Amino acid sequence: MKFIQKFFEDTKPYVQKGAKYHWLHSVHDGMFTLFFVQKNTSKSGSHIHDFIDLKRTMGIVVLALIPALLMGMYNTGYQHFAAVGELASASFWQIFFYGFLRVLPFIMVSYIVGLGIEFVFAQLRGHEIQEGFLVSGILIPLIMPINTPLWMVAISTAFAVVFVKEVFGGTGMNIWNPALVARAFLFFAYPSQMSGDSVWVSLGGQKAIDGFSGATPMAEAAAGHPNIDIWNSFIGLIPGSIGETSTLAILIGAAILVITGIGSWKIIVSTFAGGAAMGLLLNTFAGNNLYMALPFWEHFIIGGFAFGAVFMATDPVSGTQTEKGKWIYGFLIGVLAIMIRVVNPAYPEGMMLAILLMNTFAPLIDHYIVEGSIKKRMKRVKVKA
Amino acid sequence: MSKVINLKRGLNIRLKGDAEKVFGTSIEADKVALKPTDFPGLIPKLLVKTGQEVKAGEPIFFDKYNPEIIFTAPTSGQVVEINRGERRKILEVIIKADGRNESISFSKADPKSLSPEEIKEHLLKSGLWPFIKQRPYGSLAKPSQAPKHIFISCFDSAPLAPDYEFLFNGQASFLQSGIHALAKLTSGKVHLGINPAQATGIFSGLKNVEINQFSGAHPAGNVGVQIHQISPINKGEIVWTITPQGLVFIGKLFETGKIDFSKNIALTGSEVTSPKYIKTLHGANLEKILKGATQKAGNERIISGNVLTGTKVAEDNFLGFFDSQITVIPEGDKYEFMGWANPGFNKFTASKTFFSKLFPKKSYVLDANLHGGERAFVLSGQYEKYVPMDILPVYLLKAILANDIDKMEQLGIYEIVEEDLALCEYACTSKIKVQEIVRQGLDLMMKELG
Repeated sequence: MKFIQKFFEDTKPYVQKGAKYHWLHSVHDGMFTLFFVQKNTSKSGSHIHDFIDLKRTMGIVVLALIPALLMGMYNTGYQHFAAVGELASASFWQIFFYGFLRVLPFIMVSYIVGLGIEFVFAQLRGHEIQEGFLVSGILIPLIMPINTPLWMVAISTAFAVVFVKEVFGGTGMNIWNPALVARAFLFFAYPSQMSGDSVWVSLGGQKAIDGFSGATPMAEAAAGHPNIDIWNSFIGLIPGSIGETSTLAILIGAAILVITGIGSWKIIVSTFAGGAAMGLLLNTFAGNNLYMALPFWEHFIIGGFAFGAVFMATDPVSGTQTEKGKWIYGFLIGVLAIMIRVVNPAYPEGMMLAILLMNTFAPLIDHYIVEGSIKKRMKRVKVKA
Repeated sequence: MSKVINLKRGLNIRLKGDAEKVFGTSIEADKVALKPTDFPGLIPKLLVKTGQEVKAGEPIFFDKYNPEIIFTAPTSGQVVEINRGERRKILEVIIKADGRNESISFSKADPKSLSPEEIKEHLLKSGLWPFIKQRPYGSLAKPSQAPKHIFISCFDSAPLAPDYEFLFNGQASFLQSGIHALAKLTSGKVHLGINPAQATGIFSGLKNVEINQFSGAHPAGNVGVQIHQISPINKGEIVWTITPQGLVFIGKLFETGKIDFSKNIALTGSEVTSPKYIKTLHGANLEKILKGATQKAGNERIISGNVLTGTKVAEDNFLGFFDSQITVIPEGDKYEFMGWANPGFNKFTASKTFFSKLFPKKSYVLDANLHGGERAFVLSGQYEKYVPMDILPVYLLKAILANDIDKMEQLGIYEIVEEDLALCEYACTSKIKVQEIVRQGLDLMMKELG
């Protein structure tokens, strides 16, 4: 490893301010810090610092996303072979490899576009490359339908990184979750490519078998005839956005986030609680509306509910920052997601909008919690007086 | 009777290098120093010149804004150096000890029979007043004000901190006289904070005080935390704090009529060959203490105080005014290949992201490396876990960064000083300089509101 260190140390003078390759400074710095934790030591305050940094934090989130990513790749292949009627003759590796090749370009496009912009902004602003996009870059492909054209992935990523993150000041400053905004951007800008029955299953130029519909279980439920294959929905062998179909894989990710303490278990639990509450409420008014009568837990295994609750709602930057606020925030996400899903026929998936809406209100929730703390302190003075 | 308060929030950082409970050979300091930088907000005005002979208790400098507060020589000898930093700011006044430790004589007295004014005068003249700090701000107490209460924490919960029961063994009568003296200066009470292990120790036997027990991890021993639990500071209120070491010095003054600044300290840290306790002098030169005591395996960081709140000092520098501990840890100015991706079996962490979490008993060598780059606030809920007070640390820090005085006040800046949020700085993923920010806020409040 010495030679890599030597390389970075030797090249450092060339990217300093005023040197010939200063425009590569952020790239040099980004790569150097990726390979080596720097030798900077504490200058003021505490002499010791925890080993955790933002790279490790983001690394763990990426790790937690891997099961969903792998299941998404497998499912992409699975849906393909099922649609063209060759499932019985395809081997496990054939299925996975098909999905792998289809999903990989999404990830590459998202990382190249997103990180490219990050590098440019870091260079312009003169700060270090921030790690936030490591997670966003993998979240974005996972919430896209498999047939989304790559140029759309590129545009939405660029939109999200520039207008949702960088204009606010970069990682830690954004109001909305960048990955979700990328999805919302496409959803409203190119509705026909983002919904309907033809976007979820990659046919790869082959002809689908007779009777193939390609509709997601959610679309069918919204159309009034819910027909949920519980086991396949849980495992993730249903049509849907790339990474959000497998509730099992998402739960593995949730376990990683909760055990390491990186994701807030309070938000995850309260989101599911909110979803359950709304599901139960709708049940009581269901009448002969079959979607409203759907048992609440079946909502959790279809669509993006679980994925959103575990990986999107828990974003510490765009969510609430106070501990009490997290309960309220999560609960309302759950309630709104199911409400939009079931009651509003224009939007088949409520999770995305519910989280973006609550991102918007998170500072308000926090404001009241903070005011509460202030009032308590002021009351202490009054009691004294 | 004594209250027991259980503090659930906090963290004990398990470092290697705890001091063994024995005294090493006592070290006669050849040089001692007074460092004005130990006192936030102090502008010193010198009263001595280089070359001047002084006795212990003779004035060296005073506070420009509170001229009655003087700082006196810790031992007898000759003023040999006055070191200045940027803009001629006085960093340290160094006295070469003559080894006789002669003191000016003050009158002996039983503090119980003295009036508050007489006690104040005694403390001010002898230079023991600066041991009394005030809250808010953690600055020098003002003799003209009367505090609501006086708080004394009788244990130090910081990493590798000395055991006060051992440190002050045999000094109970001095502690008691010190308490009698201070009790005259407040209309409220003198509160002592002890931990459950001290229920039958030196401190639990002291009279004329209210004793409260605090159990829990660090920062349970921080006096700020104890104040918050017993009688939180509201706007306009003032409380005083003092360390047991300060009490001992005050007690000695009243009992013997002399200034005797000899004290016990702990020499700790992973780089110290055999960590133990040492008898030395207030403000003593570290060079003599550290000679041959460390392993010299690589670059070392020498800290006067503990790893969370202490001051980085050079080997030839001096013990800080309020410190009873020296810690030596590796500097850690080395690159670490892919450090952020390391499974971390031997990386102690407050988070749950390293495998070291599986070994809850092991102690570790930690260095002064930052272990990551500085970032904006990203994670939430991280700081609260280490602050056993009803305070929202991140919101308070943001108010300070925004110079918003009203908000700082509302969010409780009067109740904290740097040390109370030191653990947040240790645990912070974004490597935010928490203590520096807190000081910045306190300085602003001091400047604006006095």
